[in-house]
Amino acid sequence: MNVVPLILGIVILASAGTALSLQNIVRSVLLLVLSWFGIAAFYLWAGAEFAAFAQALVYGGAVSMVVLFAVLLTRRGHLDTAVPPPPPGRLLGALLAGGAVAGVIAATVIRTPFASSSDEIPVLAVRRLGTLLMGPHAAALLVTGVLLTAALLGAVVIAAGAKDDKEGAP
Amino acid sequence: MTAGATEPDSWLERLPLIARDLVTGRLPGPWRWIAESLIAIAVVFAVFGLLFAFLTLAERKVLGRIQNRPGPNRAGWGGILQPFADGIKMLTKEDIVPRTADPVLHFLAPVALVCFSLLSLAVIPYGRHLAPLDLDSGVLYFFAAGASSELAVFMAGWAGRNKYSLLAAMRALAQLISYELPLLLSLVPVVMLAGTLSPSGIVAAQSGWSAGFIPHWHILTPWGFAGFAIFMVAALAEANRSPFDLPEAESELIAGHLTEYSGFKYALFFMAEYFAMCALSGMAVTLFLGGWHAPAAALQFIPSYAWFAIKILVLLLGFIWIRATLPRLRIDQLMRLAWKFLLPLALINLLTAAFWHLSAGWGAGAQPLRWGLGLAFVAIPFFIIGRRLSSGLGPRTYRYAAP
Amino acid sequence: MNTLQLCLVLSGLIFGIGLAAALARSSAILVLLGVELMLNAANLNFIAFWRFGPAPEAGTGVLFVLFAIAVAAAEAAVGLALVIALYRHQRNIRLQDATRLKG
Repeated sequence: MNVVPLILGIVILASAGTALSLQNIVRSVLLLVLSWFGIAAFYLWAGAEFAAFAQALVYGGAVSMVVLFAVLLTRRGHLDTAVPPPPPGRLLGALLAGGAVAGVIAATVIRTPFASSSDEIPVLAVRRLGTLLMGPHAAALLVTGVLLTAALLGAVVIAAGAKDDKEGAP
Repeated sequence: MTAGATEPDSWLERLPLIARDLVTGRLPGPWRWIAESLIAIAVVFAVFGLLFAFLTLAERKVLGRIQNRPGPNRAGWGGILQPFADGIKMLTKEDIVPRTADPVLHFLAPVALVCFSLLSLAVIPYGRHLAPLDLDSGVLYFFAAGASSELAVFMAGWAGRNKYSLLAAMRALAQLISYELPLLLSLVPVVMLAGTLSPSGIVAAQSGWSAGFIPHWHILTPWGFAGFAIFMVAALAEANRSPFDLPEAESELIAGHLTEYSGFKYALFFMAEYFAMCALSGMAVTLFLGGWHAPAAALQFIPSYAWFAIKILVLLLGFIWIRATLPRLRIDQLMRLAWKFLLPLALINLLTAAFWHLSAGWGAGAQPLRWGLGLAFVAIPFFIIGRRLSSGLGPRTYRYAAP
Repeated sequence: MNTLQLCLVLSGLIFGIGLAAALARSSAILVLLGVELMLNAANLNFIAFWRFGPAPEAGTGVLFVLFAIAVAAAEAAVGLALVIALYRHQRNIRLQDATRLKG
């Protein structure tokens, strides 16, 4: 039981780490999509089926498309996908910051005596999720709907630009 | 595997289970589960692989007949060995990878596309006891697998380092994501009224017959009919089939995102397209056409998987017929159809389905009113939005050359 | 170290990678991807606690993750619209060049 999250974790960490350190931005995005699928597999192992398929559908099927379109629309030349690596000082600072945060989290977690985990996989039926969403959490659902509508309308307005903008799209 | 229904199962129904138990009966516990899963995978591969092969033949023959010509009839008796001849040809063609192409992505794109199309075949209930995977949120899994295959389209267009194939891949992606929305919205009423996301639950919700010969399939309700129509149009677009086959039309941007592919990888792309078509037809049968249920109570002696096969073949022949008959849509016409026509209709269909569900308690005398209102809710928006979208495209006038 | 601690350490490491990427890279898209990775790490944390926690049938962990996925997707869309608008002004997406509001 313990070996599955370890393997998934290695896959997710390796693909995320490689993705965010590559110079070719398209390969970066594709490797990050692999890490998102790895996270979906983790949710599946944990028994949260609905969350796993939602993660695959939303991240792998939609957010990846948005990111790829943005990459393709913001190139200078046809093959300009190279992102220069960060200068060494900045890179070192960032790695120290990331490492420090991860280290603090890991140290705190390892020192805390969590209760020993139950071994059976919890089952959350979709029907129960539905009743929860429409019942106690209906307000959150409506607010999220309004938020998503507002965000996407705003995104369309920002990306479309002003009508008298003379910049031709590349 | 799903549990049996209340009708007595004939031996014909249980034949696949008997065959499977013959093979795996002697194995102990967890080995038995692994063996059963492997057998299910192998059977799905074999059945859909053969279906793909003969579907390519059927397509060419039916297209030929509609166009008043015989279609391929040289290989084997009446052309029956044509798919195998095509397969041998594809395998022996040279596999050209452009020198500046990205070799990893060039190889991965067709493989990923076929993988995701095959993954989506796993949750469809093919018969009373024949669902390979019975997930509680199976419908969501199906569409997650379908949406992930769009990434492979991008990889194919990008890997060739060819600006035409990249542009065509972007257009194909725009088409795929635009038609995701009507596809998913048209099945929300089904889930709402069946009360479950599991395909076998949805099939079970369509069981039973009124007066012995009118089945309770979703397509025989106003909202179900509209939903089925929207689902099929969106499925045509998701599978890149005519009249939405702009991404792979030979006269547009060479061969679209498939420009840089040859040989077996090209064949893999077409295999993925046919698998996607079969999977979407299978899901349409499950959601709207009653799955593996027979159309009349007296016809139940024909096993459930045979009924499923008949229904899916009817839908696939419908796909081929539409390809032979309708002209191709331009990219802007395609987008307009998705966003301005199918999407509002799918949203209104949701309201119609809600009305249908809330009026389920109306007595026998109010049934004509219920049906009338349901059909009005479906037909009136269709005509209004359709009229408004095609305004300005007046009746066709012909101007002949002056004598 | 039991399985819960393994999952939490894992999500902490993913968060650290996302943070380092968001701080180090100069392309706006890569910074946004780092932020997305951080949100994913937090979701992983929620699912780990839901799985090993006392009352998984309450579904709170899964619900929070669903809302977080939805909001993160909307935030990605808005962020990438901003990237496109930025590109329109300065023809590249290097964050070091976006200094017009400085001083």
